[in-house]
Amino acid sequence: MSNKVIHAFYNDDEILMDAVKKVRSEHHHIEEVFCPFPVHGLDKALGLAPTRLAIASFMYGCVGLCFAIWMTNYMMIQDWPQDIGGKPNFTWWANMPAFVPILFEMTVFFAAHLMVITFYMRSRIWPFKEAENPDPRTTDDHFLMEIPVHNNEKELTALLKGTGAVEINIVEKHS
Amino acid sequence: MSSHYEAPIREPLILGEKSYHDITVDIARPIEGKANKNWYIAFYIALAAMLWGFGCIFYTVGTGIGTWGLNKNIGWAWDITNFVWWVGIGHAGTLISAVLLLFRQKWRMAINRSAEAMTIFAVFQAGLFPIIHMGRPWNGYWVLPMPNQFGSLWVNFNSPLLWDVFAISTYLSVSLVFWWTGLLPDFAMIRDRAVKPFQKKIYSLLSFGWSGRAKDWQRFEEVSLVLAGLATPLVLSVHTIVSMDFATSINPGWHSTIFPPYFVAGAIFSGFAMVQTLLGIMRKVTNLENYITRLHIEYMNIVIILTGGIVAVAYATEFFIAWYTASPYENYTYLSVGAATGPYKWAFWSLIFFNILTPQLLWFKKIRRSFIWSFIISIAINIGMWFERFDIIAIVLSKGHLPSTWWRFEPTFVDIGIFIGTIGFFFVLFLLYARTFPVIAQAEVKTILKSSGESYKKLRDGNHEQ
Repeated sequence: MSNKVIHAFYNDDEILMDAVKKVRSEHHHIEEVFCPFPVHGLDKALGLAPTRLAIASFMYGCVGLCFAIWMTNYMMIQDWPQDIGGKPNFTWWANMPAFVPILFEMTVFFAAHLMVITFYMRSRIWPFKEAENPDPRTTDDHFLMEIPVHNNEKELTALLKGTGAVEINIVEKHS
Repeated sequence: MSSHYEAPIREPLILGEKSYHDITVDIARPIEGKANKNWYIAFYIALAAMLWGFGCIFYTVGTGIGTWGLNKNIGWAWDITNFVWWVGIGHAGTLISAVLLLFRQKWRMAINRSAEAMTIFAVFQAGLFPIIHMGRPWNGYWVLPMPNQFGSLWVNFNSPLLWDVFAISTYLSVSLVFWWTGLLPDFAMIRDRAVKPFQKKIYSLLSFGWSGRAKDWQRFEEVSLVLAGLATPLVLSVHTIVSMDFATSINPGWHSTIFPPYFVAGAIFSGFAMVQTLLGIMRKVTNLENYITRLHIEYMNIVIILTGGIVAVAYATEFFIAWYTASPYENYTYLSVGAATGPYKWAFWSLIFFNILTPQLLWFKKIRRSFIWSFIISIAINIGMWFERFDIIAIVLSKGHLPSTWWRFEPTFVDIGIFIGTIGFFFVLFLLYARTFPVIAQAEVKTILKSSGESYKKLRDGNHEQ
């Protein structure tokens, strides 16, 4: 299999959106699109599945809440019960109102941090990671569409020209 | 262009003829250029103040809390005043980036980056005070719930002071992560423009290898939205919990159920004032007048009027209730006839003048849209909000239930030095930030260029007439 890909550059988000729809309607597989900023509706046009990060965050929040319940119960009720200011220390439930701030903060802490860590892992971004955008202009004002080539260079080039690409390159992909 | 439609009646948020590339160039310019003389002057003044403050902190830690003006009645004064003041200032950033994101306010995009930076730097300063007030800061880790050598005695989860530890550390860390995630695409932009190899390396490291794939952006937007949803109750909880440091006590003047909402409103009030102070200078220094416009200043002033109004109503309520109880103890609270005429009347009237009277000028549209007036009023609010906390703490504590113990607080040079030091430290961080970080969320601003850019709006208006 050839590693050749075609890189089509666009300089406008709306032209890019139309181009994506056109290329997909012609049954070509779009490998990747690199954008300098989020283009609304692009994920749907590309047929990307919705992200499940929000669901993950909800579950992390539940974990945080459970952890906080366990922690307050173990430390204040079981391991070393203290009667502070006459607040009841016999059951967790009776002492719970005083723990609400802790329960809330731990829920948010887990939900936020674990979600962001998941995002970084899934999108493969972390310190010392090398950037993978093929052209530096894609963080400035250019959008880049990457399409694998299967001996159909001429057809693809003509199609992409027609969609308003400002530059078309065929490159060997190293991977 | 239909997908970018915005009503023509809305004023543009980005002025001038801008393209996507122009935005890149404008926002990279302060980083790629050299600092001017004014920057160096401001930096060295801030650095000197910071070093003086650090000296005072070392003196405090080496000698003891006795170097402060505290006494038997007033066990905390400037330290907790400054703590609450800085935490309050640290509220605007996350409010702008989280609450205004949920409300889909486009104007937040020009100011959210700097407001969040300000938040983080302000919370650093706030965090210093409880730590140095411990007297033995090397034992600071005792506030964490961990097994220890004194038997299995744990931290007290019933205590508002411990709630504070959890609230502030959650707030700081979540704000930091929110800020940094938003910075990744902008660092990537600087990285891809960098010419010098060293600069390229640094920004490559800071950008975490951000590449801007369609899937990354989809996740990025989802993460921003969920973080905003989480940060909104978080930002409200933080000052609520700070207010509980006082409200759960049994001192007249502190034991007040309106403290949580009133503190939150006050925090947003002071936070926006500080954003106004900083951006008023920054837009000039970094030539970003086309992005941080008169309209942004006006919108922030409107938030200031609203939150300032809430604060004023809370003051009136406190004053009325103190009088209505007919309890002699209530006459020594910070909002009472006793305070207005007693030895702290200068602090009482400063509060009223700076915090209630001065912001009323913003009802006038001319003043609300004036850069210089906004700047002056924002400084007044910063001072007024500091006095609010000072009044709550020093006036209430100066008169206890036993008149023979009444004593006033007088700050020593160490109290003053540490406070000035934190202001210096804050500005050192902010000035360094303004030189090395993309101060506007350029990726986000590019998304609103077509809907809210002046030239695009004009283009659309022209089409309507045809």
